[in-house]
Order: sequence, then structure tokens, then C-alpha cells
Amino acid sequence: MNVFAAIGRVFLAFLGETGRLCIFMADAVSAVLRPPIYWSLIFKQMMRIGYFSLPVVGLTAFFTGGVLALQIAIGTDRYNAGAYVPQIVAIGITRELGPVIAGLMVAGRVAAAIAAEIGTMRVTEQIDALTTLATNPIKYLVVPRLIAAVISMPILVAIADSIGVFGGFAVATQKLDFTGAIYLKNTIDFITHQDVSSGLIKAAVFGFIIALMGCYNGFHSRGGAQGVGAATTDAVVSASILILAANYVLTSVLFSK
Amino acid sequence: MTAKVELRGVKKRFGPKVVLDGVDLTIAQGESLVVIGGSGTGKSVMIKCVLGILKPDAGQIFVDGKEVTRLSGRARDAMLRKFGMLFQGAALFDSLSVWENVAFGLIQGRGMAKAKARDIAIEKLAKVGLGPEVANLSPSELSGGMQKRVGLARAIAADPEIIFFDEPTTGLDPIMADVINDLIIATVKDVGATTLSITHDMVSARKIAGRIAMLYRGKIIWEGPTAQIDTSGNAYVDQFIHGRAEGPIKMEVRR
Ligand SMILES: Nc1ncnc2c1ncn2[C@@H]1O[C@H](COP(=O)(O)OP(=O)(O)OP(=O)(O)O)[C@@H](O)[C@H]1O
Ligand SMILES: [Mg+2]
Repeated sequence: MNVFAAIGRVFLAFLGETGRLCIFMADAVSAVLRPPIYWSLIFKQMMRIGYFSLPVVGLTAFFTGGVLALQIAIGTDRYNAGAYVPQIVAIGITRELGPVIAGLMVAGRVAAAIAAEIGTMRVTEQIDALTTLATNPIKYLVVPRLIAAVISMPILVAIADSIGVFGGFAVATQKLDFTGAIYLKNTIDFITHQDVSSGLIKAAVFGFIIALMGCYNGFHSRGGAQGVGAATTDAVVSASILILAANYVLTSVLFSK
Repeated sequence: MTAKVELRGVKKRFGPKVVLDGVDLTIAQGESLVVIGGSGTGKSVMIKCVLGILKPDAGQIFVDGKEVTRLSGRARDAMLRKFGMLFQGAALFDSLSVWENVAFGLIQGRGMAKAKARDIAIEKLAKVGLGPEVANLSPSELSGGMQKRVGLARAIAADPEIIFFDEPTTGLDPIMADVINDLIIATVKDVGATTLSITHDMVSARKIAGRIAMLYRGKIIWEGPTAQIDTSGNAYVDQFIHGRAEGPIKMEVRR
């Protein structure tokens, strides 16, 4: 009996949380469409979300591309398929690893920062103060972050794709027996428009998830420093899980024939 | 006189804890009302209910005779433009400079040009005893009392019709407290604002209040003109204004 009660409670709590998140999302999205639009805030957030994530995302993309090339060369020894390193690196990075790794890195960096900032504003009554100054906190805080993340992430991933492919290039030309010209030619001949654009669409969705989870958890944080800490953790964990889940769904939708 | 703000039977509870248990309170146009009451009796919760930051569980709130209890969206923003609010903890935006804090309502709420809003902000800062040199500092670089005064400048920046001051003199030295008292009196006299102040500081209360109301156990148990506070005949009020540990109000402390 108690077991059922416990399961029921968890289930109801989950439903409640999902409902609150959906309402929050609906509020935020409808606020995107209504004026005023705070351009300078959007720009500031793009710097924080996109520009300052470049080093982290660039480095991880480089090593990911490199290790991918290495693994393919080692792993395909058995089939004599080592010649396909450029193609597999290109497809792996643009379709999956570029967006997912950038998404997870930015989730760690940005979702946490957003949740901590908005959470602190919540517990110090700054959000209430916004309201009393006739400024909608959703419009002022959430919308600029959502827009900035949705715009920044595809740009970030496009850069990450290039750096990732370059990481593969570096390993292939230094450690494997590729010449630079052949590696590049194989990559360019092979890669399609859809490989890249599917990754960029994913990136935009991941950006939305990151900003939404950061804002949502910050907005609903309760009770001082501890509450803000919990909100920060929840933001990163939930954003990461949702990114991986969304990645699966998007892959099956984008590549369904 | 017409009521500027009116609370009718406002109730608010957090879980099992009843904080407001049917508050009835009227603030007349141009009046300066002071609400006193022990720590944790729900004074801050009461003004947050009026502003719609907290939703009351029951009861109605009227501003200028119109019910505002369940307003939302633009109608609510329009209602809030009549208000200025000093939060107990100042609640300054730490991502903005001091002058941007003070000018926030002017720039975001009313679309005023930045340069003009900055001039007004500097002028309001001067009224709370802060010079132009603090204007470009960030709130975290100020002392607690200075933050409070910036919050005060922000509350009065847009010359609102109704201003709520949550403990305006707490954390200030006695001289600065009196400067703030004079400022509150001046905003009521000169601008014709209606104010509701919460305070524990009886010196300040006597000075700024036209009328005093006392909140206890979720209800207004006494209200009357400031001159009658010493002859209220109410044991709770007497104990509070004289700050006696012994009396009908039992502090929840275990010894
Ligand atoms: N958001 C909230 N969630 C739960 N309980 C709350 C919340 N806000 C206030 N309370 C509770 O309501 C009661 C009244 O709080 P309030 O801040 O109004 O007190 P106050 O009269 O302003 O006290 P003080 O003079 O110390 O500022 C407190 O016991 C507090 O625990
Ligand atoms: Mg209070």
C-alpha cells in the first residue's frame, strides 16, 4: 500500500512539474512575439552564451574530431576501411557530435549561469521588484536569453563543426598516412547540405532547451543560497537529459525517409 | 475622502501557516498610513498581496475603487505604474549601476530617454543623501544603508501616486533616518502621494504617520490617528509601542 502511495506521489510530482514547465514555456514563447523587444539585452546575452563559450566548445570539438579519426583508423584496420576516415569524421561531427557536444558543454556553462543568476534575483526579490516597476520579468529576463541561445547555438555549432573536422584533419595528416589535399577533397566531396543543416537545426533546439531550463529552474528556486544551488544543478541535469532525448527524436525525424 | 487603496478580508496562508486572516484596511487619498506589528506577523506579505506579487487566497483589493485582485497582463502593468515600492531588502538589480536602478521604472516602464532619466535619477539620489559619485557604482559596492536609500530613490523616481515603504529607516543611522522621515513627509505633502509605510521604529512612525494601524495574528487589531496611539486603550498596542517583553503579546521564544 505504502509503495503504491510513494509511486503515486512521485508520479503526481512529475506531472505537476511537467505542467508547470509547459505553462512557463507557453508564457515565454508567447512573450517572444509581443513587443517590446530588448535588443541590447539580446546582444549582451549572445556575447555571454555564444561568444564566451567559443573556447570551451572549440577545444572539445577539436579533441573529439581528433579522437574520432584515430578510433576509425584503428577500428577499421580489420576491414581495410581506413581510407574512409575523412567521410566518417565529417558525418559524425556535423550530424551528431558537433551539436551534442557543444550542447552539453553550453548546458554546463550557460544553463548553470542562467539558473544561478535568475535564482539569485528570485530569492533577493529582484524579480518582484521588476514586476512593481511595470516590467514583465518573463519579457525582460527570459525572452532575451531564449532568443540569444537559439541564435547563438547554430553559429557556435557551425564553428565547432569546422574545428572538429580540422581536428580529424590534424590527426589524419600527422599520425595517419593522409595528405592534406586528399583529406580535404574527400571531406568536401562527401559531405552534403543535409548533414550540416540537420546539425544546425539540432543546435537551435538545444539552445532553446538550455535557456529554457536555466530560466525555469532559476525562476522557481526557493529559499536562499541552498535553493539557488539546487536550481543550478537541476538546470544542468535537466538540460543535458533533454538535449540527449531531443537529439534522438530530432535524428529520427530529420533523417526519416 | 475616497479610498485610494482598500483591502477587504484579505487572507493568505503558506501551507498550514495562516499569515493574513482577514485583513481590512483602507488608505485614503493623500494619507500617510503606518502599519506596525511584530516581526513575522505578515506586514510584508500584506503589501505584496496588494501589488499582486503574492496572490491572496481570499478577499478583495481595490485601487482607486477598481478591483485589482486578479488583474494580469497590461491591465496589471497599468495598475502597477501608479505604485512605487521600497523592498525590505532593497532588492536592487545587481547587474545594473546605481543610476540605472533608480531610472529603471522611467526607462523600461515609461520609455523615457536615457539621458533625461539619468538626470532625474541623480536628482532623486540627492534627495536621499547620495551624491552623483555613487551613480556609476554597482549596488554591491554600497553599504546596506546606502542600498536602502537607493531603493528609496528608485521607489520615488517616477513620482508614483501610491508608495509603499517596507521599513524605510531600518539600518540607517538616526540622523539619516530623520532625513528619510522628512523625505517621506515631503513626498506626501508636495507630490500629494498616498503612502503606506511599515516600520518598527516608533520615532519614525510618530513622525511620518497620519494614521497608524497595528497588525497582529493576521488581523488589524487597532487603527487610529497618530495622536491617539498613546491613549489607544489597547494592551497590545501599548506593549508594542513601549517595547515591553511582558504583556499580552507572547514572543515565541523558549527559555
Ligand atoms: N514566500 C513565502 N513562503 C512561505 N512563507 C512565507 C513566505 N513569505 C513570508 N512567509 C511567512 O509569512 C510570515 C510573515 O512574513 P512577513 O515577511 O510578512 O513578515 P513581516 O511582518 O514583514 O516581518 P518583519 O517585520 O520581520 O519584516 C513569516 O512567518 C514568514 O515565514
Ligand atoms: Mg517584512
